[in-house]
Amino acid sequence: MSTATQLLRFITAGSVDDGKSTLIGRLLHDSKSIFEDQLSAISRTSEKRGMAAVDLSLLTDGLQAEREQGITIDVAYRYFATPKRKFIIGDTPGHEQYTRNMVTAASTANLVVILVDARKGVLVQTRRHTYLASLVGIPHIVLAVNKMDMVDYAEARFNEICTEYLAFAAQLGLHNVTCVPLSALVGDMLVERGDNLNWYQGTTLMDLLESIEIDHDVNTTDFRYPVQWVCRPQTGEYHDFRGFMGRIEAGEVSVGDEITVLPSGRTSRVKGIVTYDGKLQTAYAPQSITITLTDEIDISRGDMFVKADCLPTVAKEFEAMLCWLSETPLDKNRKYLVKHTTRTAKCLFSSIDYRVDVNTLEQHANPTVNMNDIAHVAMKVQQPLVFDHYQRNRAGGSFVVIDEATNNTVAAGMIV
Amino acid sequence: MSNPGFTHLDALESESIHIMREVAAECKNPALLFSGGKDSIVMLRLAEKAFRPCRFPFPLVHIDTGHNFPEVIATRDRLAAGLGERLIVRTLEDSIKKGTIVLKSETQSRNVFQSVTLLETIAEFGFDACMGGARRDEEKARAKERIFSFRDEFGQWDPKNQRPELWDLYNTRVHPGENIRVFPISNWTEMDIWQYIEREKLVIPSIYYAHEREVIQRAGGLMPVSKLVQPLPGETVIKKTVRFRTVGDITCTCPVQSHARNAQEIIEETAVTRITERGATRMDDQTSEASMELRKKEGYF
Repeated sequence: MSTATQLLRFITAGSVDDGKSTLIGRLLHDSKSIFEDQLSAISRTSEKRGMAAVDLSLLTDGLQAEREQGITIDVAYRYFATPKRKFIIGDTPGHEQYTRNMVTAASTANLVVILVDARKGVLVQTRRHTYLASLVGIPHIVLAVNKMDMVDYAEARFNEICTEYLAFAAQLGLHNVTCVPLSALVGDMLVERGDNLNWYQGTTLMDLLESIEIDHDVNTTDFRYPVQWVCRPQTGEYHDFRGFMGRIEAGEVSVGDEITVLPSGRTSRVKGIVTYDGKLQTAYAPQSITITLTDEIDISRGDMFVKADCLPTVAKEFEAMLCWLSETPLDKNRKYLVKHTTRTAKCLFSSIDYRVDVNTLEQHANPTVNMNDIAHVAMKVQQPLVFDHYQRNRAGGSFVVIDEATNNTVAAGMIV
Repeated sequence: MSNPGFTHLDALESESIHIMREVAAECKNPALLFSGGKDSIVMLRLAEKAFRPCRFPFPLVHIDTGHNFPEVIATRDRLAAGLGERLIVRTLEDSIKKGTIVLKSETQSRNVFQSVTLLETIAEFGFDACMGGARRDEEKARAKERIFSFRDEFGQWDPKNQRPELWDLYNTRVHPGENIRVFPISNWTEMDIWQYIEREKLVIPSIYYAHEREVIQRAGGLMPVSKLVQPLPGETVIKKTVRFRTVGDITCTCPVQSHARNAQEIIEETAVTRITERGATRMDDQTSEASMELRKKEGYF
């Protein structure tokens, strides 16, 4: 079996009523990723609860409390593979804490499958999911028009929903949308095409997941290398070795390239790209590597290597969209910590400009920011950060906010 | 341009290296839990990839139940010595002598008591972060656990109150006495592990490969015969060609029938198997629908 397969991370958005769990269950089942002992465990539970058929959604209910209450608390990760790709599904529940959970799962996703019920069409929650997908910058969006069996597989109905959705997506600046008609229950257009949607010329959902081009989901042009750890063995043949370890978050780097170290602004040249498996001439995002330089300059964790032709911003003030994750509301009088790339600094919120109603997309001038709220804020940090706009480079524009008193992660931010 | 030939194993490897380096950089006194099992051998290779040519900025730690397979302990010692890294071993025997573990019988499964010795070891050395080789595909409670999993002073995991984890920005902060468990290979599956063992030509204990062994048919599985597991009245000892998919305590780890004699043959077998890894092999997970979750709440890995 070949191991030359790509990794694709995706999430599904939609409520249980839209057939989300059935869709995930079927993708796992039809790709033979559900095992017999899992199937027999959930059949037993379905029977105990007096259900007539095996409830595939039980597969994604991980915790005792969830099984008792029949709800999903948190983000769960599922894995399956086909000969072409390995997939990680971030499975999020559809109830009131949705924003927080969806943003969490979306932060690492290449793609989101947004489910709508063909009978109901584009709903408020469809708009909410799409707005969040655009906010978190998920590179690819698939609108899955489910339950086509309930509308007699009508092409006109599918086209109507797609037209409405694409118009809405365009308002948010989203143009990377693919619409697929399907029936998760029957299995049409998921893994197999089935016989009921012959008018549809596109590919099945599985084909799409297997083939959608994801090479450019990371920024491949602007070299960004946050230093994680400095390696100084100080022994034997490595007596003078100073290696700067990290992961390339964007772009690429080659031996001989001139680099600038930010925030100091000092420059040097790449002497070597060292890995356990040998020296490299060129390395690309998202490889983890070790870089040696031709000059002895003072560099530590939190510094970033970049190239002069595509410089990021170095500043102590910036604006961001914030998703508040904590049950304790944002307190403008307090200082928090911000963790951005490999740098952590004290921060404060100099202004809370507006809150976005995720259902209507209206902006409210409202100074309180509660859990699940999305807000536009201005922030000040104690030390300069080296950053990009989030939409240009996810890794360079994302940060989390930590409450120093509790050590909890209280917010996720995207620099705008 | 993008990275030519970058596979899913490369992506997983890079993610794991990044996680280990974050631990090394941000935690004051981390440790890497190393048992000599296949997942922890993968972890060891990832640590080499993350830190060489430097030494590991953490010791290796093993909590030995005293009921481990001898082949696994031998591999543990050989690998640790070969790398020249520090290995700390603490045994359940230590806790039994102290009276913090009270066993009902000599042959009782000791897996559940590992938590006690682990917490005592964490306290003894003041570790603020312990890296382990648990994977989310192993078990449904693990599917919901964070990569950086916060534990209170009693080592307890509170699944309803986990820290949000976004992008690759890990929150490593703890108060004194608290610690975090870190799972750098969270996103790897059993198949990924075998593909990586094959790719990296990793040496793992021989019992992972098909061999002849005396077993007893018990509770729908095969129990390996050992000093601790002897046939009960009515049971017969049979010889089967088997391999172990997971390796834990000798009293609760069951082999599966197999003729796979190398990593490639196991990859082929894993591709068509219809039973989960732990479902086929671990008696300790089967006691109730929430066994793993309950043990984790008590401080288990």
